[in-house]
Formats: sequence, C-alpha cells, structure tokens
Amino acid sequence: MTDTDVLIVGAGPTGLFCAHQLGIIGLKCEIVDNLDKLGGQCIELYPDKPIYDIPAIPECTGEELTNSLIEQIKPFNFKSHLSDRVQEIKNENNKWIVKTLKGKEFLTPNIVIAGGVGSFEPRKFPSKNCEKFEGKSVLYSIKDKDIFKDKKVVIFGGGDSALDWTIELSKNSKVTLVHRRDEFRGAQSSVDKIKELENNKKIEILTQYSIKDVLGNENLETVEIKNEKGESKTINTDYVLGFFGLIMQLGPILDWGLNLDKKTIPVNTENFETNKKGIFAIGDICTYPGKLKLILSGFHEGALAARGCFKYARPNEKYRFEFTTTSKTVKDRIGVKE
Amino acid sequence: MAKIKYIEHNGKHHEIDVANGLSVMEGAVQNDIPGIDADCGGGMACATCHVYVKEDWFNKLPEKTEGEDDMLDQAYEPSPSSRLSCQIIVSDELNGLVVHLPEKQI
Repeated sequence: MTDTDVLIVGAGPTGLFCAHQLGIIGLKCEIVDNLDKLGGQCIELYPDKPIYDIPAIPECTGEELTNSLIEQIKPFNFKSHLSDRVQEIKNENNKWIVKTLKGKEFLTPNIVIAGGVGSFEPRKFPSKNCEKFEGKSVLYSIKDKDIFKDKKVVIFGGGDSALDWTIELSKNSKVTLVHRRDEFRGAQSSVDKIKELENNKKIEILTQYSIKDVLGNENLETVEIKNEKGESKTINTDYVLGFFGLIMQLGPILDWGLNLDKKTIPVNTENFETNKKGIFAIGDICTYPGKLKLILSGFHEGALAARGCFKYARPNEKYRFEFTTTSKTVKDRIGVKE
Repeated sequence: MAKIKYIEHNGKHHEIDVANGLSVMEGAVQNDIPGIDADCGGGMACATCHVYVKEDWFNKLPEKTEGEDDMLDQAYEPSPSSRLSCQIIVSDELNGLVVHLPEKQI
C-alpha cells in the first residue's frame, strides 16, 4: 500500500497543475489516469488543436500545454499510474484507502478528483449479443495480433485505428472493413492503402453499412450488417473488431456516495471539497454557481484544493502562504539554485 | 429567436424558444431537456449532442463541416439525417425546426 498526502484522480491539465501546487506547498501526491499518457482530454481529443485562452499564452496546442505542465511538475518527482483506474474507496480512521482496477492500493487523507467528464473507455457496439462475445471474439482493442492469423476478421470504423488495423491484419487474415459512409476520416495515406488492398482483392470494403447483430452459439459465427435502405447482409467471421473512438464515463466514482448534479460533483468554492471530508473535485467534473469549464478555472480550483488538502495532510502544522518569487523554502522544493 | 421542437426518443415533445446565436445543443442543455448530454460542451470533440433532422429541415441547415461527420462516426446509431446539435446555430430562419433525439448518446 502506498502512503501519500494526496491521490489525484485524472492527469489532465487541472490534475497536473494541482500536483504542482501540492509540490509548492510541500505535499506529496500520486496521480492515477485511465489513459496511457498524461494530459487528459488535451492529449487525447485535441493534441493539435490550438488553445487561445490560457493566461499569458496567446496560443498553444493541447500537446504543448501538456508538455509544459509536465515540465513544471518535474522537480517534485511525483509518481503517475497510467492505464489504471480508481475503483473503490473506503474510509478508515479519517484516511481513505483507494483501490485501483489493477489492484494498486493507496492510503491517503485526501483524494482530488480531476476527472474531467470521466475516464475514456472504448465506444462499444449497441447489440446485446456483442456483450456475450466481448473480450473473446468481439474486441475494441488489440493486445495480441497473432490470434487473428489465418482467421476471418470484420473491422468496423472509419478512423485511423480501423484503417491501421485493416492494413496490418490484411497481411495474415481475411479482412472485411465496414464503415457507415463512403468517406474515411483516417490519414490519406492509409485511405489510399486500403483502396489499393481492395483493388488487389486483399480485403473487402463495405461502406454505408453498420452493425446489426452478431450471431453464434459457443463461438461467434456471423455478423449481420444493415444499410439505410434496410437491406441486410450476413458475413461469416471469427472476429469482430470495433474502432469507434473513446467515450467518457464517470464509472466507479458514481458509487462513492458523492452528491451529484447530472454528471458533475457539487463543491464549495473555498477549497473545492465535496460532501465527503477529504474528497475534493476540480476542473470540468466539479460544479458551483458561476462554474466555467475553462482550463484556467481548473488551475484556480486546483490551487485552492491543494491548500484544502494541507490541513488533513499536516493537521499539526499551520499552512503559511508564500510567493514563489521570494520564498527560499519554495525555491528549494523546485530545486532553484540562488 | 426561434421556436425549436425537441422530440425525445420516447415521443415526448419539448417546444423551446431559443435565442439567436445559441446552438440547438445549448437550447436543450439550458432547458434541461433529457437526451442531449453534450459532454465536451460544444467543442465538436465528442458525439453526445447527436440529433436527427428530417429531410425538409436538414436541407435548410448550413452544411456539415468535415469534422462534424468525423465525430458523427462515433455517435450512437448515426444515419444520413444525423447532426451534432452544437453545430446548428439558431437564427430566425430556423423558427419551427424539429430535431429528433436518439435513443441514447453513447
């Protein structure tokens, strides 16, 4: 079990800057995020899109902002736990025991939820039957591509993941690519490549079709697809793969007994604590009168929540406000040499 | 100002006056109409404000940008009449617009 002053849930800009503020006031933290990299929505949804409303930065991309924030917290050596998700919490003697999906455990007086609109999960097929085969022959990500060797695979989607896997798997499998419209949104070079594979009869492409259902008893046997005119087709297959991007879901946080307002968590605006002692919420996931879903608001919320964490992490010390320009203690923490 | 009619998947109607300049998504969210989630807040970065617009109105709306169709690929049960309601900006011309909400948003 890892003992820490604060556990931050979510490594988007808000979570990262909150970590910075904790470092500045001398607290330790650990960060958990479901994605495989730091940056949250900034890195997953719009790494290349310019942002124009970060104070004092006229223009930067989601990726640039993320890299700067990572640079800013580097001196503190905080540990991040990626591709993992907080699962359950339990209160014991005024501390929280937090368990993650991968089985890690943390003991901490403070949890800061900076989860945006939830954790990213793959978007799934609507059919109930797909759940029956999920993880076996209906897949939303690929861990071991060798299982597809010499098999029949039907891939759904029109983005880069769908196209890249179509190209890769076409080498050793019989691939059918199904997409709901004629245009593909993946990179042009990949689009050209799949057209070439189609012309050489290496793969089959069916557009203007979407999934209707999957059928099979023990094992998956066929997938049914339909078009707008109501026509259906049945394809024999061993595997069905869906690449429809990611959706955001609040997940287990819903079960923590926090007050909820739609998909957000109400907080006070003094330190952004929720209705549970020692659990704070900042960034897009929190709500209060006048809440703006801006990155700069998340920074402010993170700074105040960090001070809120101080009293539970150091109950016998008094928090002293200090400027980074003048405080020697703060400069030592950042590792600035004078 | 335009009167926008939102029809939920279960058939329930909501008729709302939406000010010019707001999006059809904002009109729904500000009036607590169920069935439009708008997770990303109008950034065209998700597909949870997905609506269907029947042909008569569909053809009167400004055309979709490429990015909108890319996001619609990720919507629940998209069809040729699908739009992201955050990308439909209300004006007097849209008075009487009818949008149908999907069964769910993910």
